[in-house]
Amino acid sequence: MKAHIAAVTDPILKITGLDKTYPGRGAAPPVKALDNVDLEIRKGEIFALLGPNGAGKTTLIGAVCGLVRPTGGTIEAFGMGLKDDWRKIRARIGLVPQEMAVDIFETVHHSVTYSRGLFGRPADDKRIEEVLRALSLWDKRDSQLRMLSGGMKRRVLIAKALAHDPDLLFLDEPTAGVDVELRRDMWKQIDVLRELGVTIILTTHYIEEAEEMADRVGVIDSGRILLVDDKASIMTSLGRTEANFALNAPMTAIPASIAREGLALSDDGMALTFRGGDGAGGGKEAVAEVAQQLAREGIGYSAIDVRESSLEDIFVKLVEDRPEIAA
Amino acid sequence: MTAGFNAVSAWAIYKREVARAWRTVFGTIISPVLTTCLYFIVFGAAIGSRMNDIGGVNYGAFIVPGLLLLTLLSESTSNGSFGIYMPRFTGAIYELLSAPVSVAETLVGFVGAAVTKSLIIAAIILATATLFVDYTIAHPVLAFVYIVLVASSFSLFGFILGLWADGFEKLQMVPLLVLTPLTFLGGTFYSIDMLAEPWRTVALFNPIVYLVSGLRWTFFEQSDVTIGVAFAATAGFLALCIGIITWIFRTGWRLRD
Repeated sequence: MKAHIAAVTDPILKITGLDKTYPGRGAAPPVKALDNVDLEIRKGEIFALLGPNGAGKTTLIGAVCGLVRPTGGTIEAFGMGLKDDWRKIRARIGLVPQEMAVDIFETVHHSVTYSRGLFGRPADDKRIEEVLRALSLWDKRDSQLRMLSGGMKRRVLIAKALAHDPDLLFLDEPTAGVDVELRRDMWKQIDVLRELGVTIILTTHYIEEAEEMADRVGVIDSGRILLVDDKASIMTSLGRTEANFALNAPMTAIPASIAREGLALSDDGMALTFRGGDGAGGGKEAVAEVAQQLAREGIGYSAIDVRESSLEDIFVKLVEDRPEIAA
Repeated sequence: MTAGFNAVSAWAIYKREVARAWRTVFGTIISPVLTTCLYFIVFGAAIGSRMNDIGGVNYGAFIVPGLLLLTLLSESTSNGSFGIYMPRFTGAIYELLSAPVSVAETLVGFVGAAVTKSLIIAAIILATATLFVDYTIAHPVLAFVYIVLVASSFSLFGFILGLWADGFEKLQMVPLLVLTPLTFLGGTFYSIDMLAEPWRTVALFNPIVYLVSGLRWTFFEQSDVTIGVAFAATAGFLALCIGIITWIFRTGWRLRD
């Protein structure tokens, strides 16, 4: 886990009160895909937008990139308003879509060169070569896209998005539906981009991914941003340590000498469970203390299983704690 | 919308679309040429030799502008429609929509490439025709301008079709059910003066009649309607198509949610 806390400067992207309502089809009622979204992205950070399918992640990206027409609200990027300066803003944004949407008969080199030109940048073969080499695509430059594996195609989409040297890159579900190996590979690619100083906003419904990659995390559900914070802060404020002691002999009750808040005995008396701490190390100390106390009391145990709560647990808890959100 | 024209982007789209046509050179160029040759063999050489001259023009030569237009209309329409429909179909259009381009660059790129293809096909057809019949073009410059005008209008028309269609069936429905009948009934192979009333008057409601007449006039200085009307009708159609496309991009219809 690397901590890259960006300097506090003017946001590179500022979204205020963004609304998007899709008209209902036929008798269906209108769907509110984005509901009064406020969001600020800092320069140089990797921001993960985390939420379940249908939460509004792709709509939010689409609104910034020009694929979706917002119903209300404002979007500013690089200190300019999207409404008036959309040309200048779009020229500095790259988008890697979720779907594998490419002309499969085109070669890698053609496709990436086209992307650079489309975004108004003069042809630059050296730059294209750099991008292709950085993504390990140079050897495949003359292959048609249909000849490439799924992982390679995703890299081409990234290369296309990087061809015009954007300052802000959107990655929509970069690892959805890919196998574990490809996911690791993609994370490695994102690390490469981080080194290049690109600000990245990625959407994901994999907690693991946000945990692995992001500096900050925003949780979105039903079109509303529930929480935005540094990943470490989220873990501290909402995280928990959970430890299970498998006892050698059943206990009827927890002895007063070791009783503490968060410690519970299972119904069959064979397992002692501790839940507590802040997810940032505090819980582990408590677990160590409990272990020492058990030893002092002569209570034997055969195994300890300790785990930190994941963002997934945090997310589930967050939604549970706000029934009006889940509804 | 920010004013200005992004020439680099328009050029990128144009180059890519022309390259796409080159990839499918057989379908794009060989097949319309082959079809036209068959028409010339059947109507020009085989049947044409037994036909009377029309307005002093040998029948084989008379059908050259009509046949040229027949191919020009269908090729321009299909080139214009496929160019924009395919990325909509595959989803690759996301890139165009997120790019710093507006309707002007998009049209110059896509429609420009479609027109280029149509002009190459037109040139090949005219060259092929000389193998079958003798003809001269009375006003070559005007003929060229007219061909560009028609190719542009129908590439734009195809572009609208490509935006409107939500399936391959619809994409082919309009050329097949509207364009082909109107072209065949629009005086491609005959002069509408040969029709009896009321059919002659009915034919005047067919817009293709004006296109065929206009082009035929630049070849042989004779036509069913006056050349001014023909030019005005074609230019009007061009303006209408540009207007519709501008509206589509402004509102995002079929493009942006």
